[in-house]
Amino acid sequence: MKTERLKTDILIIGGGTAGCFAALTVARKSPQTRVIIAEKANIRRSGCLAAGVNALNAYITKGKTPEYYVDYAVRDAHGIADRKLLLTMSEQLNEVTAELERLGLVILKDENGEYVSRGDRNIKINGENIKPILSDAVQNLPNVTVINRLNIIDYITNGNRVIGAYGNRTDDEALVFISAGATIIATGGAAGIYKPNHPGFSRHKMWYCPFNTGAGYAMGIRAGAEMTTFEMRFIALRCKDTIAPTGTLAQGVGARQVNSLGEVYEDKYGLTTSQRIWGTTAENKAGRGPCCLATKGITSEQAEDLERAYLNMAPSQTLRWVAQKKSADKENVEIEGTEPYIVGGHTASGYFVDVNRKTTLESLFAAGDVAGGCPQKYVTGALAEGKIAALSAVESLDGAEAADISDEFVSVARAEAEGFLKNRGGITPDELEEHMQEVMDRYAGGIGSDYAFTDESLDIAREKIEELILRVSGAVCRDMREFTRLHEVKERLTVCLTLIAHLKARKETRWHCFAENRSYPDKDDENFLKFVNSRYESGEIKILYRPLEEMNV
Amino acid sequence: MSIRIDAKKCVRCGKCLDVCPGDLISMGIDGSRILRPEDCWGCASCLKECAFGAISFFLGKDIGGDDTYMQVKKDGRCLHWIFYDSSGQVRTITVDQSSSNKY
Ligand SMILES: Cc1cc2nc3c(=O)[nH]c(=O)nc-3n(C[C@H](O)[C@H](O)[C@H](O)COP(=O)(O)OP(=O)(O)OC[C@H]3O[C@@H](n4cnc5c(N)ncnc54)[C@H](O)[C@@H]3O)c2cc1C
Repeated sequence: MKTERLKTDILIIGGGTAGCFAALTVARKSPQTRVIIAEKANIRRSGCLAAGVNALNAYITKGKTPEYYVDYAVRDAHGIADRKLLLTMSEQLNEVTAELERLGLVILKDENGEYVSRGDRNIKINGENIKPILSDAVQNLPNVTVINRLNIIDYITNGNRVIGAYGNRTDDEALVFISAGATIIATGGAAGIYKPNHPGFSRHKMWYCPFNTGAGYAMGIRAGAEMTTFEMRFIALRCKDTIAPTGTLAQGVGARQVNSLGEVYEDKYGLTTSQRIWGTTAENKAGRGPCCLATKGITSEQAEDLERAYLNMAPSQTLRWVAQKKSADKENVEIEGTEPYIVGGHTASGYFVDVNRKTTLESLFAAGDVAGGCPQKYVTGALAEGKIAALSAVESLDGAEAADISDEFVSVARAEAEGFLKNRGGITPDELEEHMQEVMDRYAGGIGSDYAFTDESLDIAREKIEELILRVSGAVCRDMREFTRLHEVKERLTVCLTLIAHLKARKETRWHCFAENRSYPDKDDENFLKFVNSRYESGEIKILYRPLEEMNV
Repeated sequence: MSIRIDAKKCVRCGKCLDVCPGDLISMGIDGSRILRPEDCWGCASCLKECAFGAISFFLGKDIGGDDTYMQVKKDGRCLHWIFYDSSGQVRTITVDQSSSNKY
């Protein structure tokens, strides 16, 4: 197997929303600093933004303040969020939005030239080409090198310091080792941990990007980084079957959640993100499903605008309307909850970071969905964190060349990879993944168990996931693509174990569905108004309870 | 949810390879092909890129898909989404990229 060694000042892992903006920020602030972006697909359409997005969900609208946004996010998280992280993000939201507009994003304006808001925190855009816009901006930067189709497998560390990372490149089947003065992790969240809504042919018709497999979390866990709030899973309320977003219907045309009796039930359960899912799950369970967003009665013009809006972000929903000769004005849109995801851009799961987005490992910064403590980031929050992390990474450089990667490290990594690639028999990565998803669904609160779990079921989940981890090294791996697939499953299994430990450690039910703990069905402010953190230490996941905002006082 | 690539229409330009967020498309001798159709996320990036109408997008039968599929034609600022069923073209929806979503 070929190997290649590269050196850079700043390594950005993941060329998505946060990663691209981080590169742009470094290039502006410190043009002589060399940057490498390592991206497993191609930055042009990779990550969450592939199909486009509907609106900018995080913006400080006219008359509102960053503190207003912070209060909202803390409330929605039922108290478990870091106010200082939220504030530093919120203070950047409008500036990064202005930058996006300068780069070419279409944002709706009124006759006075002011952005048109959708509710208190969103602004309206045409987000279909948001990723090509970001990628074009990055491709033109002189000191930024983009390496596409390079799937990063692991950090290279020296004690507690991250000195680079390595991965496999599908194009030429090489292992690439990159040493860096500072590293920014921006690989997004983790999908594919639980059995999806449609496990058959359409298994990847999921809400979160199925190619974000939790690599960044897994690398951090293995290297002993402190992680926070994995137990606050994210479950999305989506259009049935197409799993297309529902905000466009709820906030866009004001459609409300109704059960099969036509009753509006959302008020009964509350309107935080977790309560919206809980309401739908509870109504279904009580025999009052299917639940819908009541769009019937909107004008046909509105229905056509919705068809266009969905083509700009979730085209399958429009295809479905057309194929079934139906439209939103004539028929309500049925909704369902998705399988749980780990995604720090919506909830607070991820790396435990300080206000500079520095992780607990030296020279490692985190931004976007991979970073914890700061929910409700969305696109603009990911950009904001990319910017903050980039500025901190530049600041951290001491002018010295990045360290050399030892021959020994390279040859051990190569031998390990070649070992995998020799396996011709055994369980396939697909089979491993399916098995893992079954286990998580049944014992760790997936769709099939109404998102609920108990102390006992979590113990079973842990045991079974540990068994599966032992099977990874014997799995078949016939080529470089299967090698990537196998590592994706391995990453997900690592995330599963940390997730299970977190679910177990929060002995209360603060968020219905997100962490529906049947062994402790009530909220317990006295004991659990704090962060559940964890660190992997000598083969064990150690749980640490931290007061809210400990890192930032 | 997935795509089909018509080898007869593919001119091997390779543009679809570079926009797949899952790196699922590769170039074969007679055109590009999707390696694992069941891994497709349904983002439609590849069909927007294909100027030759070689890529069509359909809903999997397991989520209620039938024979209806769509393709995209790009024309300056506009994307024309063209829908077909077994009887031929059924509808076109045009989205002007320079105007914002209403919702
Ligand atoms: C379907 C969908 C619709 C959304 N709609 C909206 C919306 O309308 N408005 C809004 O404000 N927000 C929306 N969001 C949320 C928002 O898009 C995300 O929170 C944000 O884009 C996350 O940015 P990120 O940089 O953390 O992740 P991403 O942009 O996903 O970037 C992660 C990158 O890392 C790469 N990567 C992953 N693993 C590896 C590895 N091992 N090696 C190398 N590279 C790797 C991925 O390929 C990807 O390019 C939506 C999200 C989704 C999924």
